[in-house]
This record gives sequence, C-alpha cells and structure tokens, in this order.
Amino acid sequence: MKAIFDDAQPIELTLIVNGDERRLSAPPLRRLLDVLREDIALTGTKEGCGEGECGACTVLVDGRAELSCLVPCCQVNGCDVRTIEHDNLASIQDAFLEHGGAQCGICTPGMIVMTRAYLDQCERDKSSATIDGAREALAGNLCRCTGYEKILASVLHAARAERAR
Amino acid sequence: MSKFVGGHVERPEGRAKVTGRSVYIADLHVAGAWLGGTVRSNVACGTLRGFDFAPDFDRNSVKLVAASDIPGDNVQALIVDDQPILAARDIQHWGEPLMLVAAPDARTLERALAAIRPRIDAAPALFDMASSPRAFKTIDIVKGDVTAAFARARTAGHVEIVGEYHTDSQEQLYIEPQGCIAWPADHDGVVTVRGSLQCPHYVRKALMRCFGIAAEKARVVQMETGGGFGGKEEYPSVVACHAALLARAVGAPVKIIYDRHEDLAVTPKRHPSRVRTRALVAREGTLIALDIDVLMDGGAYTTLSPVVLSRGCIHAAGPYRCADTRIHGRVVHTNHVPFGAFRGFGAPQTCFAIERTMDKIARTLNIHPFELRRKNMLRAGDTTATGQILKDSVGSAEVMDAIAQKSGFDRHPWCAAEPNTAGKARGLGLSFFFHGAGFTGSGEEMLKGRVRVALLADGRVEVLAGSTEIGQGTNALFLAIAADSLMIAPEDIVIATPDTAHVPDSGPTVASRTCMVVGSCLTKACAELRARVGGSEQRPWRERALAFLRGCGNAEVTVQYVSPKDVAWNDERYEGDAYPVFGWAADVAEIEVDLVTLEIEVKRFYTAVDVGKAIQPALVEGQLEGGSLQAVGWSHLEVVTTKDGRFEQDRLATCIIPTTLDTPRFDVTLIEIPYAHGPFGAKGVGELPMDGGAPAVASAIEDALGIHVTRVPATPERLMIEIEARDTR
Repeated sequence: MKAIFDDAQPIELTLIVNGDERRLSAPPLRRLLDVLREDIALTGTKEGCGEGECGACTVLVDGRAELSCLVPCCQVNGCDVRTIEHDNLASIQDAFLEHGGAQCGICTPGMIVMTRAYLDQCERDKSSATIDGAREALAGNLCRCTGYEKILASVLHAARAERAR
Repeated sequence: MSKFVGGHVERPEGRAKVTGRSVYIADLHVAGAWLGGTVRSNVACGTLRGFDFAPDFDRNSVKLVAASDIPGDNVQALIVDDQPILAARDIQHWGEPLMLVAAPDARTLERALAAIRPRIDAAPALFDMASSPRAFKTIDIVKGDVTAAFARARTAGHVEIVGEYHTDSQEQLYIEPQGCIAWPADHDGVVTVRGSLQCPHYVRKALMRCFGIAAEKARVVQMETGGGFGGKEEYPSVVACHAALLARAVGAPVKIIYDRHEDLAVTPKRHPSRVRTRALVAREGTLIALDIDVLMDGGAYTTLSPVVLSRGCIHAAGPYRCADTRIHGRVVHTNHVPFGAFRGFGAPQTCFAIERTMDKIARTLNIHPFELRRKNMLRAGDTTATGQILKDSVGSAEVMDAIAQKSGFDRHPWCAAEPNTAGKARGLGLSFFFHGAGFTGSGEEMLKGRVRVALLADGRVEVLAGSTEIGQGTNALFLAIAADSLMIAPEDIVIATPDTAHVPDSGPTVASRTCMVVGSCLTKACAELRARVGGSEQRPWRERALAFLRGCGNAEVTVQYVSPKDVAWNDERYEGDAYPVFGWAADVAEIEVDLVTLEIEVKRFYTAVDVGKAIQPALVEGQLEGGSLQAVGWSHLEVVTTKDGRFEQDRLATCIIPTTLDTPRFDVTLIEIPYAHGPFGAKGVGELPMDGGAPAVASAIEDALGIHVTRVPATPERLMIEIEARDTR
C-alpha cells in the first residue's frame, strides 16, 4: 500500500498496454503497478515487496524491463507497456510450464517478462542465450521455491524454441 | 500399472500461473470491500493502558476493533490457549496486535493507523533463551544408559568429543505476503474467509473459537498461494481472525494484505537454537554414546513450539546407530516475536549440530567423514534414538553410495590439505540425514485425515481434499495418483479447490505428509470408486461412469487415514515409532571462499535422496533444488537478527535470500526404495532437503579454511572472528 502517492491532483495519461491504447486519469505519482492492477484490472503483474527488491512486478516499458512498483505513472505517459498478459510470451510460458519453471507462481510473471527482455536482448546482440547470461539477466528476480535450476532451464528451452521458429 | 506416476502430468493450475491469470488473494477484487490494518505494540513487553488518538483524527471515518469486541474467546486457537487475538492488557512481544482498523480506502487507513497511539507501560523484556525460566515444552528421549557408558569410557579407551552449536532464525520469505479477505456472517450465519494459506481447516478452527460458532458456520477457502514453507501454516489464522472481526464490525467484506515490512516484522520464523553435543566414540570410529541437549527460543507464545521441539529432538541423534543415547530438549518463552513453522520444523537445527559433531569426530580421530558416517549409519533392522526399529524403505547405504559416486567426496582428502592463504580456497563438505514423514508419533491417528473422490454429473472424477497447492505440486501429484489408481486419463479428473464447505479435512499441508499420507488415502478411495463403477475397461471412463450414475450408484468414496498396524508410539516415554517411515539423503557442497573478503560461493550442490517413489520426478527435483537452496541460503547469507525484540531485517534489501547469482548448479539423484504403505511406494520429501544444506556448507568451509564452524549463518564477519581467534591461539 503506497496510498500517499495518490494524494495529488490526477493528470490525464495515455498508455499503450499490451497493444491497446488506454486513456486514464491518475495522480502523477501513482505507481505504474497500481495503474495496471487496479485501474486497468491486469492483475498478472504481482507485488512482492513494493520497493524494487524482488522483481515480481517487472514489466516492459518501451522494451526495457522496469520494476512497476518504482515507476510513477507520469513517467510512462505515451509509453508502450507490456505485461505478462501480452501475447508474445507463449514460447517462454510453454517452457516454464513444461520444464518446472513455475512452482507457486507468484514470481513467475516477473520472471517470464524478464526472460522476454533477456531473449530480446540476445536477439538484438545476435548472441545465443546462455545459462550464465540468464543468471545475470534474472538476478533481480527472486524465487523462493525452485532453487532457480528449472527456471534457468526454462529460459534456455524457450530460447531454443524461439530460434527454431 | 503406472502411466502417469513416475512420468509427467501438467500442473492443472500451471497454465494460469504462467499467463498471469491465477487469482491470488491480492488479485481478488471484491466490490465494497474495506481495507484492514493492525495497530501494534512498539515495545517487547509491557502493559496496555489504552489508546490515544491524534486530535484531528475522525473516529467516524473508520471502524475500530479491540479485544473487548471479540464475540468468542480472545484466543488464537492452536495448541495452548496463551496467545490472544488482540492483546487486552499484557503485551508479550514487539508488534503484538492491539487494535484493528478498517477503512473504506487505503489513504484513510494509513492516516488512521498513524493517528492511533497505544499507551503502554513498558516492562523489562527477556531475550536470552538460555536464561528463560519458563519452558513451553520439555522432552526427554532415553535409550540405553548414557551415564554408565560415559563412566565406562576411560577404562574402555573411548574418546569423548564435545561441541556447542548455534543456529539463528530464518525467514520463510514466500514472495507473496500474508493476506486474506473476510466476509461478515451471511443470512445463514456463515463467516467466510478467503486467503493465502496452507491449512484451511486450521483457519476454520481459529474462526470458530474467535466467534464462538460451529464448524459449519465458518468457511475457509484457499486462494492460489504464493509460497508458504511453513510460514502460512499457523499465521494465516491470525490474519483471518483479524479480517473477520473487522468485517463483522463494518458489515462488509474486509481485505487485509500485509506489506513486506509488516510481514517481515511480525510473522513467525524459524526457531533459533543452541544444541550441545557430547559424543563417546571408540577409537576406530564407532559411536558408543550420545548425550544431546537441545534449547530452542519459542518467542512470546507457545504457537507450534512443542511440536517443533519434538521433531528437533527426534532427529537430534541423526541417522546413526548408537546404543546409549540421551536427548534432552527445551523450548522456552522469551519476548521475541513468536517463532513458528518453517520447512524442516526443528530438524534442520539439530541436524546441523549432529552433522558438525560427526565432522569433529572425524577430524579428531583422523577418520574420513564419509567413512565415519558409513560406519555408523542406520540400516534396516537398526533402532533409532526413540527405539524405532527400521523395517521398511531404508535407503541409507544407497544415498551414501550415490553421493560418493556423483561427487567423489569419499576420495576427497577432507581437511587434509594445508589451507590456502591467498586467492580462493576450495572446500567440499558432506552431510547425511534423514527426515520422518508425516505427523510425529500418534499425530496422524489424532488427525484422522480424510480424502473424498466423487463422480461429477458429466462422469469426471472430482478429488476433494483439504491439502493445498502452495507451489510444491499437490495438484499435479494428486492428478497423477488418481489417474493411475483409477486407470483413467488426467482429463477425466478435477482437483477441487480447498474450501472447508466442500472438502473433507485431510489434515494440514505440512510435515511432508501430503503425498505419503493423503496420497495413500487417495489411492484407496480411487480403487474403491473404480471397483464400484465397474464395467469393461475397454469402454471410455465417462461412459462407464455415466452408466453407473444412471443406476443411482453411490458415487462418492471417503477414505480416512489409518496408520500401518505395526506402528506404535508411546507419547509419555517418547519411545517407539516416531514416524511410519523416513526419507534418507546425503548432500555434498562444493564451495569457494574468497580469502580476502571471506565471501562464500557455493559452486555445486549434490544431493542424493531416497524418496520411496518419485510420483512426479520433475516436481520432486524442484522440491529438492528449492529446499536445498533455502538451506544453502541459511548456511551463509540469510541473516535474521533481533534488537530489543525487533527483527533488524525489516525489508528485502536487508532480509536477503539467494538470487540466481548466489545459486549453485544442482546435481540431484533420485533413489527409490519403495515404502509399502505409501502411494505407489512414495514417502514424504518436502522438508528433507532443508536439513542437509547448512551442515554440508559448514563442512566445506571447514575443509577450505580449517575452522570448525559452529554457528549458521556463517557470514564473512563471523568467519573473520573465528579465523582471528584461531590465529591468536
């Protein structure tokens, strides 16, 4: 709960969320996380700590991974925001499901979105995903269930599946 | 015939989890719901005199609930009635709930919580468990005659080895904080709570007591739950009672979601421990006698401490053969926030002490630690400290052989090399351990866990159990067990949501019991239903099931757990079959220590585990890797300390857990020595991996640095002190 950020006068915002244009009115410091979860009812993005330490609220803003609990909505006016509900995550989602990358599932949306950012980065760099690269990329996303082994395996499987496409 | 057991079924809830469609409690939008919060004590011990309100605070903007507003008993129902739902007068710990507040929106709630100041007369608090005069529980396990054995020692030429070991607390750190939504009594008088929880029937019991209502008037439904690890065993009852009391006051649903600070500050964590060991060993390495003293800090209230102590004591002598054994255990009152359930439940603490003791013996007698353990390990036919004769499914030799083969530890010159003095030091460490599956002693007899299977109108089979999916894979596990027991496809099976209004009480989702105990009931229920439905197995299941339903057959089977006949436990003497069966495991940790910073990097982690039967091998591996990492985290980097009764790590920036970069590569070996009474031979596995990681890492540190680590977490600061002490000796 960070209701103190909601005190100021609302401003008008336009966001592209998962490809759809959303016009809304919100206090400028309202967290992007709350805008997504409460104002747009996209609850796939999770709050684990509210202060940028756990990675559960990771979303893509103009292609960059951001912690939506630390982003005031006024900073993303006009931006392209992608969440776990976006439809370009299927190969990663399938890999996590098939290879045991999701247990309790609460860190999973953030992990999958961060994996999207990592695989996109690999593609831009024309490099292959590696286990060490995946480790670095996911270092800000905490999971308490899996010991990460199967998450890292899921990332590599997803990379392979996307390359094969 | 098994088709899905031992293979792979998709997690029934998995697709929703990976697409973000799962509904956790914070995701549940309830129109008209108010938000609840808690006014807490800011001292560890004292007397509540009343409340002051800020002058500009409008009391009509919120609803307040104090101890006097509780309709039933002001007792958090669990084992002993010592913990109030809201303190009325006596305050026993920092953060103790004193008053509840509900507001229609978050901002009003924040303002109200800031405007209410409890008036407390502080009193001196007790934080040192060793000087606590009050034990919540004392346990004595006596086998043979330890006093006589030690008296004979000198003439026999045996060696006495003494140690004292400490383990600090540990935070479960489920990534989803505690939370629930409560609805006020409906027109039938039913109070409903939905929440993030492990044990719906525990929460129901707490609500019954809080409101003074019958079981059918309290309904508890589990939402998708973002991790528990024991942390959502007893504590959700507290949140649920609070939310339900507020809902009653408001006359509308009330949602309480803890933020991370509140969750870290007030929820129960692992019991800190001090374990003293005195071992008598023949010069060739045979254990002659063990005298073990276990002390645990229970914190301010009893909560689950007696049972935690019990499991700790029963596992204190380790998986070793020893004729004369004495274990004395105490869990005591202090003014710390109550400690509670955390995966392993007392066993990781005592396992650390006995495994460190084994290493100390090995080093003292110059016997290889692998050889020493191999020599003394329990095998089928041997008796444990409680006098339990091990009959069935004893995988001790198999896990030791496998760990040796995988890691090469048996050929590793442990502590033989002169430690490096610059750069990095490498170390290898071993632990060997067992973990009893199911409730301790006669616990399962008292629980009488039940499972139901029933035909739905469309012919599918519904599995109804109070066991919860908290990430470990209960749903997929039940699906595989039911599919193979019914000899049908998973598509013809539905796993019911744990809702106390619909599912039977299967007992809590704890104690490594869901697969072995509840799963065994499920196999029986399915076999019975399959026999009843009958018909040629060439015909599709739904066709047969619909024909059976048209014939008005009884389409519901409930099975209650019955302990195997040869299991006997004497609770007065703490003697007999403590558990129907044990899981067995050995770990090897491979580490590097930076000799300048003393930071530890665990590079590889080998674990070989006898699970009886892996119902879903990928899930079992996931449990073992995840549990082992929690143990590895506890061994050297998860610091939980208190100051004036308050946890110093109040946020994730300081309350750290391993990230991908702190994580070793895992090498898991599954060994299957079937257990006759488990489903398809399976036994419990959930807690086992929590036991071995800390002693294995400590053993590796000893190998790398030559110092005998006696406390976890072994942080660089602590290692530095140890090294300086060694160098000045």
